[in-house]
Amino acid sequence: MADIPDHLLKRSAERRKALGLPAKDGDAVDEASSDAPAEAGVEVPAVEPAAPGEGPAPAVDPPAGGGESKGGVPAHLLERAARRRAALAGGEDGAAVPAAAGAGGTATATATRTIATPTATGPGGHTQRLLTVVKSGSIQQTKAEAQDKVHTWPHLLVVEFACVLAMMATLLIFSALVRAPLLSLADVNQTPNPSKAPWYFLGLQELLTMFHPMVAGVTIPGMGLFMLMVAPYVDKNPSHKPNDRKFMISMFTIFLMFWAVLVIIGSFFRGTGFNFVFPWKDGIFFEL
Amino acid sequence: MANGTNGSNGKGGAGTKLLSRVKETGDKLGNSQVMTSIFRPGSVFRKGYTDSPRNRSYVIMNNVLYHLHPVKVKRHAVKVSYTLCLGGLSFFLFILLTVTGIFLMFFYRPTTAQAWSDIQHIETAVYFGSLVRNMHRWAAHLMVLSVFLHMSRVFYHGAYKAPREFNWVIGVILLTLTLLLSFTGYLLPWDQLALWAVTVGTNMMGYTPVFGSQVRFVLLGSKEISGDTLLRWYVLHVLMFPFVTVIFMAVHFWRVRKDGGISGPL
Repeated sequence: MADIPDHLLKRSAERRKALGLPAKDGDAVDEASSDAPAEAGVEVPAVEPAAPGEGPAPAVDPPAGGGESKGGVPAHLLERAARRRAALAGGEDGAAVPAAAGAGGTATATATRTIATPTATGPGGHTQRLLTVVKSGSIQQTKAEAQDKVHTWPHLLVVEFACVLAMMATLLIFSALVRAPLLSLADVNQTPNPSKAPWYFLGLQELLTMFHPMVAGVTIPGMGLFMLMVAPYVDKNPSHKPNDRKFMISMFTIFLMFWAVLVIIGSFFRGTGFNFVFPWKDGIFFEL
Repeated sequence: MANGTNGSNGKGGAGTKLLSRVKETGDKLGNSQVMTSIFRPGSVFRKGYTDSPRNRSYVIMNNVLYHLHPVKVKRHAVKVSYTLCLGGLSFFLFILLTVTGIFLMFFYRPTTAQAWSDIQHIETAVYFGSLVRNMHRWAAHLMVLSVFLHMSRVFYHGAYKAPREFNWVIGVILLTLTLLLSFTGYLLPWDQLALWAVTVGTNMMGYTPVFGSQVRFVLLGSKEISGDTLLRWYVLHVLMFPFVTVIFMAVHFWRVRKDGGISGPL
């Protein structure tokens, strides 16, 4: 209730005035003071029996009964429904037994009857009904407090567009200047020396020099991927602050450095026969 | 002076008439069934754009490409210094690779007899062929790098934590798929670099315990790297891995929104 914007409340008040419906008590409370939801909750049962009580159709009464008010439907909606029902009941009564229209009901009855009831309406003249109230948290992760937000257009799209243009320009210029390698036709009988995997696998190839191929080629990378995947389930620390996460940050940095160092060694410090060389002395044995 | 005013008056009359004609025609075209069927009712292409909160929302709501984003995002999410655009750039590189890759597919046949000479043909005889091939290759390396850096960024921000654990797992799968895409593409030029890099790579996978030789056979389509391998990796590279990647990317992007947008500031 507290999160209905003021302008909507105002609009609904105006609309209600135009329709001739009585002003809603809840609004007055809303606008006058910052009401606690509990207060409104208490208010509902007090108002509800009074409103339909005047429109004396007992068949209409039970659905509006107190059982529903505890069912999680916001108080102001219940109240509005009760009023509307009362108004309609009063209207029907006004037509059938004019004498039966209560003192409070008359004003609303005449007002409601001026509105032409649309065709193909449900019982009670509704053209729509409330199926369910979906709380925002059930669809999407939301925070209860208001967040500082900006419009995606232009604020985010402009940034993204600039990033894309910069990347595109860099790549275009780089591609115009630097040729992608194309060596001689593949020949199964002529093994180049050294034979190197693509750069992102050179860390693994480097491991091959230290471990059995099964360990270097399958176990270690498999473990690496597995560790990455389970990281969020193992790391129970809820904090996002670097100061609270020293352990995980150091673990990940070690992980990154491990691969980076291996890839760099494999790329630049391995020459003929995959022997250790210094790139500034023996040249670079590396193709992208 | 008087003459001048007269002249300009006459011109102005003709000008406004022309302007109104143009405007009328524009309106007629804009309100035609074709245009109204293309652009949704709130689209800024139909009703024009003036800067207002409502129109800013309409820009996002009425465009399928921008619909990837919510209408509003957290203010800190806009900062380049937070994300470094790495995820977005990875996605952009994927699109760029798709476009350049489709171009290359027109001129490439995955057979041992033709593959290498087709690449040479692309380099020497096709308009922009060399440029497009270079872009494809460099963008591929760059994408491996940017996906990797994106992962690091996410880790250092602790953005893999609840409720984003599963999206992190999808991200790791996407990293693996990126490596596979790059690796399968590596063989296609069918030069010495390709052949022996892939030999080294697949030999490693052959050491998978228990069914190593089977894994290797499935990968190569034969006992050793051959024309069957080339065809197999070509299909994996241009069809299967992109297809799977797109599916995982869709889930990845969808989960970003469902998990409450990108993670909060530190």
